[in-house]
Amino acid sequence: MAVGIKLNPAQAEENMTGYKPPFSKQEAIIEANRCLFCFDAPCIMACPTGIDIPSFIKKIASGSPVASARTILRANPLGASCAQVCPTNVLCEGACVVLTREGDPVKIGRLQRYATDHVYSNHIDVLEAPAEKSGKKVAIIGSGPAGLGCAAELAQLGHEAVIFEKEELPGGLNTYGIAYYKMTPAISLGEIEMIKGLGVEIRCGVQVGIDISTSQLKEDFDAVFLGIGLGKSHQLNVPGEDLPEVIDALDFIAQIHSDPLHEVPVGDNVAVIGCGNTAIDALTQSKRLGANITTIIYRRGETDMPAYDFEFDLAKTDGGEFLFHTLLKEVVANDEGRVSSLVLQKSQPGPNGRPEAIAGSEFSFPCDMVLKAVGSKKQVEMLSSLFPDMEMNANGTVKLDPATGQTSVEKVFCGGDCANGGREVVNAVAEGIKGARGIHSYLSGASAESPVQPSRLGVDGAPSGSGFINPIRVTEQ
Amino acid sequence: MADLSINFAGISSPNPFWVASGPPANSAYQAHRAFEAGWGGVVWKTIGEPIVNVASRYSALNVGQAQIVGFNNIELITDRSPETNFREIAEVKKRWPNHAVIASLMVDTREQWHEYVKRSADSGADGIELNYGCPHGMCERGMGSAVGQQPKVLEEITGWVMEVATIPVIVKLTPNITDVTAPARAARRAGADAISLINTINSITNVNLDTLVPEPYVAGQSTHGGYCGPAVKPIAMNMVQSCAADPDVGLPISGIGGIGTWRDAAEFIALGSTSLQVCTAIMHRGFRIVEDMIEGLNDYLDSKGFETIYDLSGKSVASVQNWNTLDLHYQRVARIDYEKCIGCNLCYIACEDGAHQCIDLISPDERHGIGPGRLPGKPVPQVREEDCVGCNLCSLVCPVEDCINMTPISNGKEPLTWKQYEERLAKGEMASIPPHP
Repeated sequence: MAVGIKLNPAQAEENMTGYKPPFSKQEAIIEANRCLFCFDAPCIMACPTGIDIPSFIKKIASGSPVASARTILRANPLGASCAQVCPTNVLCEGACVVLTREGDPVKIGRLQRYATDHVYSNHIDVLEAPAEKSGKKVAIIGSGPAGLGCAAELAQLGHEAVIFEKEELPGGLNTYGIAYYKMTPAISLGEIEMIKGLGVEIRCGVQVGIDISTSQLKEDFDAVFLGIGLGKSHQLNVPGEDLPEVIDALDFIAQIHSDPLHEVPVGDNVAVIGCGNTAIDALTQSKRLGANITTIIYRRGETDMPAYDFEFDLAKTDGGEFLFHTLLKEVVANDEGRVSSLVLQKSQPGPNGRPEAIAGSEFSFPCDMVLKAVGSKKQVEMLSSLFPDMEMNANGTVKLDPATGQTSVEKVFCGGDCANGGREVVNAVAEGIKGARGIHSYLSGASAESPVQPSRLGVDGAPSGSGFINPIRVTEQ
Repeated sequence: MADLSINFAGISSPNPFWVASGPPANSAYQAHRAFEAGWGGVVWKTIGEPIVNVASRYSALNVGQAQIVGFNNIELITDRSPETNFREIAEVKKRWPNHAVIASLMVDTREQWHEYVKRSADSGADGIELNYGCPHGMCERGMGSAVGQQPKVLEEITGWVMEVATIPVIVKLTPNITDVTAPARAARRAGADAISLINTINSITNVNLDTLVPEPYVAGQSTHGGYCGPAVKPIAMNMVQSCAADPDVGLPISGIGGIGTWRDAAEFIALGSTSLQVCTAIMHRGFRIVEDMIEGLNDYLDSKGFETIYDLSGKSVASVQNWNTLDLHYQRVARIDYEKCIGCNLCYIACEDGAHQCIDLISPDERHGIGPGRLPGKPVPQVREEDCVGCNLCSLVCPVEDCINMTPISNGKEPLTWKQYEERLAKGEMASIPPHP
């Protein structure tokens, strides 16, 4: 029992594909014809970037995938990633009226993938920046989905955008943090090439605050957008946490994206601490890379877990096991200083709802690898060092004007996980775009109008915005 | 169990479902298969002097996922010899004595008509159908629709046929004409025993946007083809009803045009048909479609208490009247069942952009019991009944069964037809109805 390489390259590759396979042309057209072309489509309201979904689906049905991709990417420059990683069950597909009618929604995510795959695989540019530039320059800190969304929108509004990224590759969590079988890094990097094609410059390996100061940025640029996401995973604060096989789940996932799949070591008996969507990703990927037993250890019950139901199902399908109402007390090492077991203890909800240990219920649990997925830390220290005067919310997120993304610091706008506390890729993109519109308004005085549903233009009656303004969320069916 | 058998102008058949003259009725082999599947009759692919066909021959209109909503062909009459065809008809009749086999004919001169009519009777065919309808190829040689479009010519040629006919004669009519009752009356005057309609409609189904040549493609060209399939059913039913309602026609009608299910069949029967011919649906799915047609029609007749086809036949003919006899005071309005509404709001935009602007979108807070699938803040459609003209559009676009119901409402007014209205207006008995604002 040890951490190591479990699979040969072919096995690893096969296990890591096939989550939502691409549609063939005929499959796409059949699926597209299921769309009813709603007047004020609820799917648009459920999409944080407000993509005109019925419109792009209609274009697939009529055999115009390029026009379809144009509709998608104009609203969401990361439309290819979002097609694969969005939790569509609780977003567009969860709101689809066909779900109500037939019990099975239009497969919006896979249709979106069909259209965006078409333009990327055929190297067709559907977005363009205006020839006439504003002469304004905006610095963007972080090349994750928020920064990219902001940069793409700024470029299309005629501004110069320069992204500063501390990692070697751009894309942030979109490149390093998505479960590999849901989306490969190539999708994210391809999208970034498209955004660079709009004139956006990305300077990788540059850490703002170390390699360049924020005051320098504010001097060199007309505005700054902050999209630095979240920090490392929270500490477990138990003995043995510093053992070598106790790893931050996000680091494990990043390694899957940096190294060849068959060179990522996993344990035979992997324990994942926490039960959010990252925990599920860590569990399923370790299982697919050859772990024998994978177990989620969660201090609360099944109904409390933050992971989506469909993610929970995915983990169960992959053979994941779950220990609910269980606390981690200690990670135990063997003589060689390697993780060999865990000390766990059963818990029950206390009077205030918080889990409390049940005395005498300790037990030993065999384990050779621990993945920590108990939530990511807010970047409070980083932010206060970059912008000492920045006003923060009590929960450690950046305080901003929700309509424009403007922070309390002159010239500085913000969006994405560092502002919302950690949500989906699509939320980060939307907030990046909102920030870009806020910056546009700040720089030019022109109001950046928020889109309404295109079908509603010129129509009187109760307003119905797109999800870009105020996205709705549906409960899982 | 209803009795589905028919006696159509002297041709008896175990059921009203006949394979129409066309590719599925081209050979004894196919006729055997058709009868084995349950078809009541076969109208043989039109027999005449030898012709030569081209490749390709067929094309289709597809709508969304619905394939072959419409279909066209540029195939001519049979490309097999008359000897082969008459020999095979004799073979088929021998094996299926109680089923209907009808020889479809198309020739040119009086002598040829006499010869082919006699050979048909000699082969044992139960009847003859005169193909005056084919809109391509043959008409350019003075046959097919070239005959059917000129009542005088139709009458004369049918007269030739009747001079020697010893078995029932059906005249098949072309729809490529302004008033189908004119050739139908000519058939009656010439002494024909029955009519069948419709033949195919002149058409171009689609243009290939790469080659810019329409389909079906023949070496860089195409030609006007004969159109059929589900899309022509409304046109066919209009013509069937017109003939059925015309006392100067007064002949049994074999209905043709887009029939593919028992429901289509029942509608054609209700509009005056007593035999039904099917081609395109067979070309799409094979002979076995007749099983559902037989069982479905039987169950339908039973459910309505009809014992035979004839109890249903023509039941809807009289309800189709001239527009000026319709009641101007009849009113119905759209009512939305909010328990069924899924929130697509297609009714709203159809009324708003496509009709009479009498559906409002209101805040869901103004309504209790909003429908399933409703999302927070999603506007709800509400019909302004006082403005609703009762046009049906919203109920037609609604994707949910029985969600929008067109409900008759009483306005306390006596029925008033346009004719009566004009008369009373002229007499000064009533004021004019104000124009719509």
